[in-house]
Amino acid sequence: MGRERIVNAALAVLLLGVPLWAHWAGEPFTITLATRAAILALAGVGLNLALGTGGLVSLGHAVFFGLGGYAMGILAHHAQTFTPLPLWDLPGTKSMPVIWLVAITGGALMAALIGALSLRSSGVYFIMLTLAFGQMCFYFAVSSPTYGGEDGLSIWVRNGFPGLNTLDPLQFFLLAYAVLMAVIWAMARIKASPFGLALAAARQSPARLDAVGARPFRLRLVAFVISGAVTALAGALFADLNRFVSPSMLSWQTSGELIVIVVLGGVARLYGPVAGAILLVTLEHYLGGISEYWQIALGAALLAVVLFARGGLIGALAGRPVAHD
Amino acid sequence: MSTVLLLEQLLNGLQFGVMLFLMAAGLTLIFGVMGLINLAHGSLYMIGAFAAASVAGFTGSFLLALMAALAAAAAAGALIEVTVIRRLYARDHLDQVLATFALILILSEGTRWLFGSFPLYLDVPAWLAGPVRLPGGIDYPRYRLAVIAVGLAVAGGLAWLIAGTRLGIRIRAGEADREMIAALGVDISRLYTLVFALGAALAGLAGALVGAIQSVQVGMGEPVLILAFVVIVIGGIGSIRGAFVGALLVGLTDTAGRVFMPILMQPLVGQQQAATVGSALASVAIYVLMALVLLVRPAGLYGRA
Repeated sequence: MGRERIVNAALAVLLLGVPLWAHWAGEPFTITLATRAAILALAGVGLNLALGTGGLVSLGHAVFFGLGGYAMGILAHHAQTFTPLPLWDLPGTKSMPVIWLVAITGGALMAALIGALSLRSSGVYFIMLTLAFGQMCFYFAVSSPTYGGEDGLSIWVRNGFPGLNTLDPLQFFLLAYAVLMAVIWAMARIKASPFGLALAAARQSPARLDAVGARPFRLRLVAFVISGAVTALAGALFADLNRFVSPSMLSWQTSGELIVIVVLGGVARLYGPVAGAILLVTLEHYLGGISEYWQIALGAALLAVVLFARGGLIGALAGRPVAHD
Repeated sequence: MSTVLLLEQLLNGLQFGVMLFLMAAGLTLIFGVMGLINLAHGSLYMIGAFAAASVAGFTGSFLLALMAALAAAAAAGALIEVTVIRRLYARDHLDQVLATFALILILSEGTRWLFGSFPLYLDVPAWLAGPVRLPGGIDYPRYRLAVIAVGLAVAGGLAWLIAGTRLGIRIRAGEADREMIAALGVDISRLYTLVFALGAALAGLAGALVGAIQSVQVGMGEPVLILAFVVIVIGGIGSIRGAFVGALLVGLTDTAGRVFMPILMQPLVGQQQAATVGSALASVAIYVLMALVLLVRPAGLYGRA
């Protein structure tokens, strides 16, 4: 565990240090990139519980990411147009804590619904079902003209957080970073808890788990719900970063990218998504600057990781090919 | 009026279903024989369409274009199988999903690099242009009718190939027990390459045929790919017959939804929004169909549970 801890600490320091340096050097765009990485890492941390620890290959996590985004978009849209929400006649809001709460609750409920239906199957059928639910939500968002349909929703000013000026890039970054670190800490606790150990056991040997009286279905469902809630929170932050949400956040390519983040960094590693997100954002920025066809290089890198470096970046740095969790 | 409309939409649904079958047949064959989930199947569809559009642009011959589509997609499929896919058979689904997702990125951007972002157009040949009068007084596009015929012929040919030829016996044996047929002296890795190339060729043919109806552009394969996944899940993964029935079901449901949903939505959301809302809800209808089928039969219509 020693080397992986050092790598993890280095990643945490790197992700904090770069924007602090950028603030000192007066490069706000670098801070925005770091914020993007922190938020994508958060989404990856959410997915990693289902994908890594639980072994549930969900090709539909964009649903939760987009749901969080739309929670932000819809609440802020009603607040900035001074119209009540369609249900219960409540006003919209520009307050991040409220938006986050709505996103987390919505993500958890949606994950409970999709999980309860999809987790009855396994293997390829599970992958296909999550993909299909994702497409369903995507088309549903496209078909909602009240909330922008295909064009999505823009908000004029970033939402507020009590005591902070979220318009300042550094303060918004620190907020996202704090959320990420808190969630990673919680995930470490979850993975070490009896529930986390049973979940890992459900991946490694469901028959044995069944034999000792635990029920894999319930464990997986709980993991899926937590995973969906965290990814939805990341979605709300991501939409706030861009001040924009559109159905593309719900597209299956987004689901694919979330998996890419987890796998590039290292599946089932605590800081895997952090490493993956930093890597993805860096590649996107620098290769995207060199050539508009940078995704060829991303594809090649991804292939190389899948075929030859199965532990991802953390596996390569921390020296053990497969995580023992 | 309404019977004519209904019959016309039935034919449209059949045409769409037959196209989906060409995609789904390859996917389900590859999954059945090799146990591989191939997200890059949509890219092979795209390659077929691009090959057809460029050959038709050079030579002006539609038949040559179709042959080019078959050849290009089969060659690309074989190349991908030998270089990448072959290493994935023993891996878990996560690795397969990721590696084939990476292939999509590479193939899509590669195609954009070669052909640019503007869509290409593939014209319907003169001898297939125009409507044809069907019994009952319906005017239906000759080309779409030809597409249905080609699709049905390929389905028949595929059924014969699987049931009645030596290759088909090997494919079925490969599905049932791959160690055993390797032990009996069949070159399993050549068989796999062949099956993959066959599936790719079918996808390429579908791409070329659809390319003359829609525009040929990067990213055209992915929506069809996802529908083809729905088809094989409905039909039962690994079953060609299931793919055929599933494809027709999805094709008909989608077409019916696209026509009737906007009409149904009109009183609810008004004339202007009805078209957008209706067509999006029609896309949802397919997934509802899939969920219903899976509730009754969790392994699909013809799947082995």
